[in-house]
Amino acid sequence: MSVRIDLLPKKKYVMPGNSACAGCGMMIGLKILGMALGEEAVLSIPASCASVVQGLGPKSGIAMPILNVPFASAASVATGISEAFKQLGVNGKAVVWAGDGGTADIGFAAVSAAAERNSDVLYIMYDNEAYMNTGIQRSSETPKGAWTTTTPTGKREAKKDVALILLAHGVPYVATASIAYPQDLYRKIKRASEIRGFKFIHLFAPCPPGWLFDPSLTVEVARKAVETGAFILWEYDNGEFKLNPPSSSLVDKKRRKPLTEYLKLQGRFAHLTEEQIRQMEEEIDHKWEFLLKFAQAASRR
Amino acid sequence: MRALAVLKTALTGNYAVAHAVKMARPHVIAAYPITPQTTIVEKLSEFVERGELKASFVNVESEFSALAVVYGAAMAGARSFTATSSHGLFYMYEMLWWAAGSRAPIVMAVVTRTIGPPWNIHDEHNDILAIRDSGWAIAMASSVQEAFDLTVQAFKLAERAYVPVAVGLDGFVLSHTVETVELPPQEVVDKFLPPRNPDLPLRLRPGEPIAMGNLPSDDRIHAEHLKNIYKAHQEAKKLVKEIDSEYGELTGREYGGLVERFELEGAKYAVICMGAWCGDAKEAVKSLRREGVPVGLMRLRFVRPFPDEEVEALSDLDKVVVFDRDITPAGGILGREVASVLGRDKVVNVVAGLAGVDFKAEEFRKAVKHAIEGEERLMLL
Amino acid sequence: MGLALVPVSRPAPGSGGLTGTWRTLRPVVNLDKCIDCGICWLYCPESVIDWEKGQKIKIDYTYCKGCGICAHECPTKAIEMIPEAGL
Ligand SMILES: Cc1ncc(C[n+]2csc(CCOP(=O)(O)OP(=O)(O)O)c2C)c(N)n1
Ligand code: SF4
Ligand code: SF4
Ligand code: SF4
Ligand SMILES: [Mg+2]
Repeated sequence: MSVRIDLLPKKKYVMPGNSACAGCGMMIGLKILGMALGEEAVLSIPASCASVVQGLGPKSGIAMPILNVPFASAASVATGISEAFKQLGVNGKAVVWAGDGGTADIGFAAVSAAAERNSDVLYIMYDNEAYMNTGIQRSSETPKGAWTTTTPTGKREAKKDVALILLAHGVPYVATASIAYPQDLYRKIKRASEIRGFKFIHLFAPCPPGWLFDPSLTVEVARKAVETGAFILWEYDNGEFKLNPPSSSLVDKKRRKPLTEYLKLQGRFAHLTEEQIRQMEEEIDHKWEFLLKFAQAASRR
Repeated sequence: MRALAVLKTALTGNYAVAHAVKMARPHVIAAYPITPQTTIVEKLSEFVERGELKASFVNVESEFSALAVVYGAAMAGARSFTATSSHGLFYMYEMLWWAAGSRAPIVMAVVTRTIGPPWNIHDEHNDILAIRDSGWAIAMASSVQEAFDLTVQAFKLAERAYVPVAVGLDGFVLSHTVETVELPPQEVVDKFLPPRNPDLPLRLRPGEPIAMGNLPSDDRIHAEHLKNIYKAHQEAKKLVKEIDSEYGELTGREYGGLVERFELEGAKYAVICMGAWCGDAKEAVKSLRREGVPVGLMRLRFVRPFPDEEVEALSDLDKVVVFDRDITPAGGILGREVASVLGRDKVVNVVAGLAGVDFKAEEFRKAVKHAIEGEERLMLL
Repeated sequence: MGLALVPVSRPAPGSGGLTGTWRTLRPVVNLDKCIDCGICWLYCPESVIDWEKGQKIKIDYTYCKGCGICAHECPTKAIEMIPEAGL
């Protein structure tokens, strides 16, 4: 199923010497997007770290066509691009590469509308779980308990499950993915791009300065999120829901690694008490139960 | 060309705009309902639905997204159109600047309407004038026919100057009032408005990695870009005239470019106004002329680019009475714009017709007379 | 590619400057330990590792930011992060 690593394209879609922080998880995602769709995609990128990492014009750190656009507009701009291509007979894919804030918060109405219209757009939300561009403020994707500059004692509210909300829109393709599993992401982008209509990928992308961990641990943190069950890899493809490895073997919670293995890597969770961690574990169990029930209900097969 | 079948028909201002858009053969249309704009896009969606217009009609969740959709389409090379009014226009605010800053050749109809509170759907010009610094060209029709003509011309202007163009028409006064209009044959419109160049302001195509809008390495790159937009507007002044003449040759209707001049020959006083109520103002001018008052009228067809030279040509007159159907804490917008060309001493600014309050020929006549005879600089009527 | 009426950018290395100067730690590869798996190439967020199967990896130090992901992910620990100051 998964593409062999040596068969992935070698062309560089992320240019060396761009403006991303050392160890930026999002850049791994962008690399994979390039490999999967670099010659077909036209990107709409709203205000976010993704606009900054491109570096300084007239140079660009991303070797794909990009329209940088206002914070809340990307889903709609991409709709316009996609409709223009359709009318002009251009073969191309309108892709949004947006942060969690631009997607789940300020741009949410536009995302929801594009999904409801089933506009022919591949929307990828890279999730670094806060507003990083403006200096680590909480978003609706910041997990409960996490420190940010606007939740100095830890966020009190739960993370919004955007992917499930999008699934409830009845769009043909929704998936979660993680930069720790690049071949899974690659396959999902490829698969999504074959489908006409609105496709949504929620991409987990750790951020060393924002989550307070050493940049060498970006992939490790992302992997631990999955292995502990905190982030679940799944895919909904035209009526069929499935968990993807390794999440598919973690339904039984005994097989998940202890949550602390994920939390202890990151300074943003350093203040949590044992009681709070226990609560988080319960909430993760609940999230799994909810997802599996929801998935069962949503599946047409 | 005029020998081709011209269709004379009775249409509201909004339907005239919809017909103009249809004849311009846009690729993408997106809009969100708001009174009094709504019937434009209802009509357009009907055209698309019935197969009379081959275009994508995108239903969106907000005006912000309406503009974002047509923006994306325009940047990808499509001819695109949206329409709005008042609160809808303000909801677009950030996108308006982004579109102009991207030199996106979009056409938007703005059916003018007062701004709340209170909720009021009647006519006023504050909405369209509030976007005057955003980089959009702004035109204003004074008849249903002109609403049609300006809309067709707006596409040409947008696609030659690479400046988005807002075409204003007065809410209800034009938008919902039926007048007889001449629709030129499709061939004439096609000749006037060839397909647009999809590769400007930039070529956005898969496999061709070009980025627009990332941070500049040198702020002077950005500064130059901003000055270029100013220059594009200066260039647009010429283009508006050329386009008006070319359209005039094809259809028999030429309006005078950035302004329409009326009875200015031998005038000592001039009225300046914009929009549908200029019809009433003209009646007043005629009546004053009959009384022996040497007054003429200049109707602003465009406020961006601003007709500086045309207004400056009035500098020998004794007084210029500027009518504003808008108000700001600093007075009328057009009053101040004209005063910036002619100096404050020459200008009497009359603010009237706010919130849709009727202001007819007789009121114009009285106001002009009062302005000419009195010493006031600002009359709030 | 044609002209544009707006400032545009085209892909080039160094859009963020000489990012190799950000480095405090340098990834140094022990090719003897390297099993040519490509994992470091796949994860390097900067695209500064060149790799083709059969031709072992090469790191572009002009732009490598020294994040250490390659070293952390290498299954054989063939990459070691060495302080720049000590080199
Ligand atoms: C309308 C508007 N409000 C606020 C901002 C400032 N701003 C820029 S990026 C950003 C946060 C982006 O967060 P997210 O989408 O999560 O992307 P990230 O920076 O985390 O990658 C904010 C608040 C803006 N550019 N536009
Ligand atoms: S702040 Fe985080 S997401 Fe943004 S560029 Fe840096 S590492 Fe990447
Ligand atoms: S990850 Fe390690 S073993 Fe694999 S190619 Fe890189 S250096 Fe060699
Ligand atoms: S240290 Fe980071 S940037 Fe440098 S080669 Fe390794 S992964 Fe790439
Ligand atoms: Mg974010």
